[in-house]
Amino acid sequence: MSHLPFIAVAYGLGVLVPLVFVVTAFQRMASARRKLAAIDPRDRWS
Amino acid sequence: MDSLSTRSLHRFANPGQFMRLSGAVLPYLAVAALVLTVTGLGWGLFVSPADWQQGDAVRIMYVHVPCAWLASGGYTGLAVCSILSLVWRHPLADLAAVEIGPVGAGFTALCLATGSLWGKPMWGAWWVWDARLTSVLVLFFLYLGHVALVRAFDDPTRGYRAGAILALVGAVNLPIIKFSVDWWNTLHQPASIGLTGAPSMAPAMLWPLLIAALGYTLVFATIVTVRLRAAVMERRIRGLLMARAASESGA
Repeated sequence: MSHLPFIAVAYGLGVLVPLVFVVTAFQRMASARRKLAAIDPRDRWS
Repeated sequence: MDSLSTRSLHRFANPGQFMRLSGAVLPYLAVAALVLTVTGLGWGLFVSPADWQQGDAVRIMYVHVPCAWLASGGYTGLAVCSILSLVWRHPLADLAAVEIGPVGAGFTALCLATGSLWGKPMWGAWWVWDARLTSVLVLFFLYLGHVALVRAFDDPTRGYRAGAILALVGAVNLPIIKFSVDWWNTLHQPASIGLTGAPSMAPAMLWPLLIAALGYTLVFATIVTVRLRAAVMERRIRGLLMARAASESGA
């Protein structure tokens, strides 16, 4: 496994980058849902 | 324009339908994305065999290749949304193009970074100005250009139009990426898997690669779906606030 550092960094990035996108996307959706519920509690999307 | 397919497009791709359908599908999409990605990457890292020439460095393929496919696939989605936007002025297509851009740029950056990490031990260089690498770098800049352009106007509609034109012009880069390894003598290897013909890869490597690719594709779809749901809700919030402000100023 002489190439282990290259493999480890590649897999680290391969997990980290999509994870950051997933977490920020769900946070943004939750924030939008809260704001929509505050403005119009009867709204069907909130 | 009033064909059955056009009517279906407007019926199923309006924001209300999208929110209902995506809300029902999203949990299954997210779970399938997680299970397939973990399985594909775990299989590629711990179970699949090392390559007789490249040794264990070949395991980078299970991250790099799905990201490379998604870089081009995401841009294809961007181009399709741009056609829907320019031809049918579809509001959901505009929002989808805005949300695909940053995600596509992220996966293209990941493709370039993992390619570099694979290239250093195999080629002895982090980067070469090879046709495949250069055309993917151009794709990355096209994504960044689209991200910047759609946000550069005070009137969002003008930004959507300008972004759609850029996306369609940039789509000419997609066949260049695909065929660059055939048209030019490149350091990058030619495709091992094609739509026609048997893959030139051992099944022990092919299966984890396909599972990882499917997993990453579902991750991409999950991220874009969640971002698009957020964008639809944010637009609804803006609409409600503007309506409220208008009624208060009129009262």
